[in-house]
Amino acid sequence: MFALVDCNNFYASCERVFQPELRYQPLVILSNNDGCVIARSNEAKNLGIPMGAPAFKFKETFKRLNIAVRSSNYELYGDMSARVMNILSEFTPDVEVYSIDEAFLRFNGFEHINLQQHLEQMKLKIERCTGIPISIGVAPTKSLSKLANRIAKKFPKHTNGVYIMRSEEQRIKALKWLDIKDIWGIGKQHAKRLQQLGLHKAYEFTQLTDDWTRKHMSVVGLRLKKELEGEVTLGLDDVTHKKAIATTRSFDYEYNDFDYIKERVTSFAVSCGEKLRRQESCCELIYVFLKSNRFNTNAPQYSNGITIKTTQPTNSSISLVKYATTALRAIYKPEYKYKKAGVMVMGLSPEKSKQICLFSEEDPRHHKLMQHIDQLNSHWGKHSVKFGGQDLQKIWKMRQEHLSKAYTTKLKDVIKVS
Amino acid sequence: MPHTVITDIKKIDATSRLQLPITENGISAGFPSPADDFIDLSIDLNKTFIQHPNATFFGRVSGDSMINAGLSDGDYLIIDRSLEPKHKQIAVCLINGDFTVKRLHILKENVYLVPENEAYQPIEVTPEDDFNIWGVVTTVIKPLQVSCLR
Repeated sequence: MFALVDCNNFYASCERVFQPELRYQPLVILSNNDGCVIARSNEAKNLGIPMGAPAFKFKETFKRLNIAVRSSNYELYGDMSARVMNILSEFTPDVEVYSIDEAFLRFNGFEHINLQQHLEQMKLKIERCTGIPISIGVAPTKSLSKLANRIAKKFPKHTNGVYIMRSEEQRIKALKWLDIKDIWGIGKQHAKRLQQLGLHKAYEFTQLTDDWTRKHMSVVGLRLKKELEGEVTLGLDDVTHKKAIATTRSFDYEYNDFDYIKERVTSFAVSCGEKLRRQESCCELIYVFLKSNRFNTNAPQYSNGITIKTTQPTNSSISLVKYATTALRAIYKPEYKYKKAGVMVMGLSPEKSKQICLFSEEDPRHHKLMQHIDQLNSHWGKHSVKFGGQDLQKIWKMRQEHLSKAYTTKLKDVIKVS
Repeated sequence: MPHTVITDIKKIDATSRLQLPITENGISAGFPSPADDFIDLSIDLNKTFIQHPNATFFGRVSGDSMINAGLSDGDYLIIDRSLEPKHKQIAVCLINGDFTVKRLHILKENVYLVPENEAYQPIEVTPEDDFNIWGVVTTVIKPLQVSCLR
């Protein structure tokens, strides 16, 4: 059986653990740079605040409806997420961390224990130890577990946040309840297409023939259909090595200054390097992209990305910066204004099994240097040691006017009790 | 026939290390140095004071309502949320949206939050209060010189 564990309104819940006054108030969390709403408490949802609502447009509404606003505090969310995931792994050895607030778990060989009880204990323990409420959906496949989780969340009174899909009747009933557009991983285009064909519920999708599905929705669509029919086609991913690491940001304004963008891309590459070294991986591909502001429809639009293959697997920030700036030069065009850029590293492999290249070996001093830089930065705080290409005056800063404290990771920020 | 029921399955924790000391004195017949037994042992404060790292949070005392229990203004508290709160333990509580640290008196009918300072009155928790126990205080860290903890 697969379980999908999902933290309820995760960001809002994290804020509420340490700011109890927020428990009585609807709450929204804003994206990087305080751009738009990326998370809402149930109360804020019920007040009709949409996901992605631009902060500046809703400023008055927030005030009028007494909605609390917070900037996203990823330091806090990341730490709380790690705690949740660690506790989950006490309950089964098979955990795939799917996102900051979701994990797939596999319960094989648990036939002789009362799974319902086991899961209730797990939920209780997470809530007690971290203060974060969770929902659990269990089913024979990953896709169905996602659906089971939806049921657990939608009907809390019935399920108490834990729903196990055991029987064929339950599966069919659930599929007859689920809208096609809400099937996990169906994609907007396919959902639209099926709706145009007069299909509305997930059950009707599973009634299509395999041949039709493969022909019109490729093997991915067929796999999805099989999953919903109860046949396992998706396993748990290898947990220890993520497939890609990315650092991307929207800028606070639109920029076309090359030096500014180069500074940003350099910082993104450095951050990818840090993440790679933390999980002891190297990458073989580096992807850099640039985007103009697609919401500014009056301005000419441009968006481009380029992938560079590294000469050998690397996690040296020096090398990554070199590749990233080369890539940036290849795609940067001075006539446009840019709103977003990012660096993604892919083709990850464990550092230990690094292949040695015969002719172009990376300077072995990089490794030592990176170790020292990481140590200094972890001791003296992030960005204590920077690279020359990075902003040294710190002119660049995220707009975070409503940022809460790092309650769990900085001693000076811990809760005050009187 | 009763069958075996597994109720508790836990992952093996391989992160902690057991270091076996190697004696530098070499191996010699005869009486070994009594000091060899104590080579390389070290104190890990994290391990000593934090039993449940995933459930442990820090807090800081503000005010003097618990002064007689040794909690002074500015002290740090290690708070373990995984522990079942018991009568007479010191806990961080949430009452009507405010954090407070007090000694719990859990009686048959009522719960009282008892300060350790004559200048303060115990708080009786009533059914109307929005109350829950946030975590049990396990340890107080009392910096004697400001420079110890920044």
